[in-house]
Amino acid sequence: MSQAERTALAAPRTPGRALWTLGLLRSELTVMFRRWRTLALLGVLAAVPVLIGIAVRIETGDGSRGGPGDGGGPAFLSQVTNNGLFLVFAALSATLPVFLPMAVGVIAGDSVAGEASGGTLRYLLVAPAGRTRLLLTKYASVLVFCLAATLVVAASALAVGALLFPVGEVTTISGTRIGFGEGMLRALCVAVAVAASLIGFAALGLFVSTLTNSGIAAMAATVGVLITAQILDTMPQLDAIHPYLFPHYWLSFTDLLREPVYWDELVRNLGLQALYAAVFGSAAWARLTTKDIGV
Amino acid sequence: MAPNDSAETSEATGTVVGRRKAARYIVPFAVAGVAAATIGLVPALANSGDPDLPDITAQELIEKIAASDEQQLSGTVKVTTDLGIPSLGGLAGSFAPDAGSGGSSAEPESKLMELASGTHTLRVAVDGPDKQRLSVLGEGSEYSLVHHGDDVWGYDSASNEVYHAESDGNEHAAGKAPEGVPGTPKELAEKALAAADDTTSVTVGGTAQVAGRDAYKLVIKPKQSGSTIGSVTVAVDASTGVPLKFTLAPSSGGKAAVDAGFTQVDFAKPDASSFSFTPPKGAKVTEADELEAEAGKNGAADTAHKDLGALEDFQGLNVIGKGWSAVAEIALPGGAGLPAQGSGDMPAQAQQFLDALGDKVTGDFGSGTVFKTRLVNALLTDDGKVYVGAVTKDALVKAADAAE
Repeated sequence: MSQAERTALAAPRTPGRALWTLGLLRSELTVMFRRWRTLALLGVLAAVPVLIGIAVRIETGDGSRGGPGDGGGPAFLSQVTNNGLFLVFAALSATLPVFLPMAVGVIAGDSVAGEASGGTLRYLLVAPAGRTRLLLTKYASVLVFCLAATLVVAASALAVGALLFPVGEVTTISGTRIGFGEGMLRALCVAVAVAASLIGFAALGLFVSTLTNSGIAAMAATVGVLITAQILDTMPQLDAIHPYLFPHYWLSFTDLLREPVYWDELVRNLGLQALYAAVFGSAAWARLTTKDIGV
Repeated sequence: MAPNDSAETSEATGTVVGRRKAARYIVPFAVAGVAAATIGLVPALANSGDPDLPDITAQELIEKIAASDEQQLSGTVKVTTDLGIPSLGGLAGSFAPDAGSGGSSAEPESKLMELASGTHTLRVAVDGPDKQRLSVLGEGSEYSLVHHGDDVWGYDSASNEVYHAESDGNEHAAGKAPEGVPGTPKELAEKALAAADDTTSVTVGGTAQVAGRDAYKLVIKPKQSGSTIGSVTVAVDASTGVPLKFTLAPSSGGKAAVDAGFTQVDFAKPDASSFSFTPPKGAKVTEADELEAEAGKNGAADTAHKDLGALEDFQGLNVIGKGWSAVAEIALPGGAGLPAQGSGDMPAQAQQFLDALGDKVTGDFGSGTVFKTRLVNALLTDDGKVYVGAVTKDALVKAADAAE
């Protein structure tokens, strides 16, 4: 379905503007999830837990204790052999630094720039909705992708974990025990927290996307910003700016596995993501609403 | 230019409209500015009002601490340590567990060593003398030390290892931090107060807000010169007398060397489940007794352990001076100082590294090397004696001269 068709399809169905926005969002989502690129990204994300699970399984197949004894490698890896649910946490902490934001960067970076380079952006704007609504719809669909991508990783990890390893009572990282049901609930909270960690980066990607008419350039720039921020975050000399870098509190989702839950960093993470969303969201709005959209 | 948007008319080239549109770029900067101002101002505003509390003497305040009988509390403690040890973060982390006894990473000593540098968040929960819990929150992991009755459990979630020790009833201190490691504010305050005598001035230095509670500040300062410790400040909760914050400022000024304080505290009974611990399935459990036996076995084989063993049975620890400027004199086993250059005991690079860390000094005692941190300085003489103290380099040399 081409972009032009999509607007044509969405517009007549909708009497009110709010409904129009919903219709636009729906068609936007349909287009996004029907793209081969999106499916390939989700496929790669789903493959990560499978790889980790099989690797841990082979490594510990002879009945030896799982994971590196000195606690190296991604977090939670040593607990995976004892409880398959930990594969969810291990997979999320393995994909959060690179794979997840990279996928989000591709989707967010391409969201406006891709339409501009394809020449379809102006057709989208023919419909009586305004650029602000279009931008909000784009952002909403990127956020839906964030959640979908995270849930794909979590679901794949849960399936692989349950298949290859025993599941049951969960030991929190504080050493206390919680039932499997509550463990599942925590896993869901962790997935939502991970998705929420990407809110700020998604807004940043959207802003970059409004700057250029080349989808590839926007994706590359967005992923470049991600890598730069992560490198800066590891430099001890730049301690002072670390709390303001969007990936800084990404691993705070692990605090959900403490007993009692340690909220400080989680809240700080959400605040920071909201700040990034506000700053880059409004920057994207300023840019898109004043942009000359010719070709 | 195509009129491609109903909301934005085609007169975008008109100066008025153009200017109005350019004004939109102000929005993101305004949002960022407001956020920056909020981040900058809110803590300043929140901190501006030190609580207004009735005056109190130092004596009364100490009594308040002593009389404090809070048996139950839970809270979050933030410990920031800057001892000026040159980037030991990684080194300490990689050496400490091995050097300890080659055993488990869940051992309390090896884990709590890490607190000696950097910033750490701890959680404490206390319910009477029999139930305590101390957790060190790491990134994606946690180290928990649970004392419940006769059992002391250490659990390192990163490596999924468990350490278990059984203490007999009257020795409940085993669950606490080993000597010399900053633990809870209470322990630190007790230590500082124990050191107070006629060499020390103890005053009440105003009030402060700690973890949302009103607190008095007890300021302890050495009267003697030559100490590297500038002052020790203990913030004491005004209503319960529980020490809430401990700050150790070096005499050289700058950032506090040790800063340990509650960021959140609650005097209600902690959840009973936090004190129960059963080793998780599949975790490697190390018993304290086994560990000691094993350490003895391995020690002979390993040179590092041999050195450690030798250090343990050094002869003669001699304390020179008293109070804050006390200096410990330690005779190294075998009377050997730093291996001489090119003696083959040490690679040239290691020699250079050591030289870079220390300052060469000479005095009546001969010559030696001073290793400096922000608090503790050590003089290693060429004839194999070590002088260690929380004193300046000059005071250390003076003490060494006097000892000759």
